[in-house]
Amino acid sequence: MSNAGYVRIAAILAAITALEVATYYVDFGALFLPSLLIMMAVKFYIVVSFFMHLRYESKLFSWVFYAGLFLAMTVYGIFLATFHFFS
Amino acid sequence: MTADGHADSHGAAHTSTGLSNNKLGMWLFLGSECLLFGGLISTYMLYRGRVGEGPRPSQVFDIPFTSVSSFVLLMSSLTMVLAVSAAHKGDDRNTHLWVTVTAILGATFVGGQVYEFTAFYNEGMGFTTSLFSSSFYVLTGFHGVHVTVGIIMLMSTVGILKRSKVPGSKAETVEMIGLYWHFVDIIWIIIFTLIYLIPA
Repeated sequence: MSNAGYVRIAAILAAITALEVATYYVDFGALFLPSLLIMMAVKFYIVVSFFMHLRYESKLFSWVFYAGLFLAMTVYGIFLATFHFFS
Repeated sequence: MTADGHADSHGAAHTSTGLSNNKLGMWLFLGSECLLFGGLISTYMLYRGRVGEGPRPSQVFDIPFTSVSSFVLLMSSLTMVLAVSAAHKGDDRNTHLWVTVTAILGATFVGGQVYEFTAFYNEGMGFTTSLFSSSFYVLTGFHGVHVTVGIIMLMSTVGILKRSKVPGSKAETVEMIGLYWHFVDIIWIIIFTLIYLIPA
């Protein structure tokens, strides 16, 4: 990817961040939580895929990283459910 | 070709997997770091409402200030990827420049975090004030330590690159530090949303 491409991706990330901050001041109603979580996931994916080049690397690297992430989300999801966090 | 598993100029590594051992090791490390920060974030989520006599998150958090800090760290990811790009092109001058700018942006973020912690302390939120404050300081403190380690790595890289004492591929060395730096950034992306923007 060219340097201009990286700058464009950074501009997209900055725009999403601005939108995230806007949710703090503007009432998004029922969309508040889902929209924030989706924007967070999109930013995460963009940085990992394009800045960390995982999209262009061997699938083994993706498996290694996302396995760690999936394991963490599963283990701590169960941990939080045990303490009735979601209820 | 290198005997220690470094990638050559075409990106192919001479290992049994055909992949760089260094890169595989770094991705394994980052995968394991997900578990470390997952534990810290989960603990914070569990305790964020346990404020006791201390201030609530909404009373101490300064969203405009933290938003600027987040933006600074996000932009440091851009400068880091530009450094990696320059390193792959063999452009030493721009590699040094962007690595240094990344370190400066990282130092700005850490400086902001120190200011934030000081402000919180002055508002009555000490480390042992409540379960919320303890879990908040441990989580964001651990992240701050990671950023600080990243800055030390970046500045060390500039020093050793200038002396050309890097074993193996220079570009891969910069790329490894870049992976660590971007990881620190994605952890902050999660912290900023879950801890600062979503109220307890």
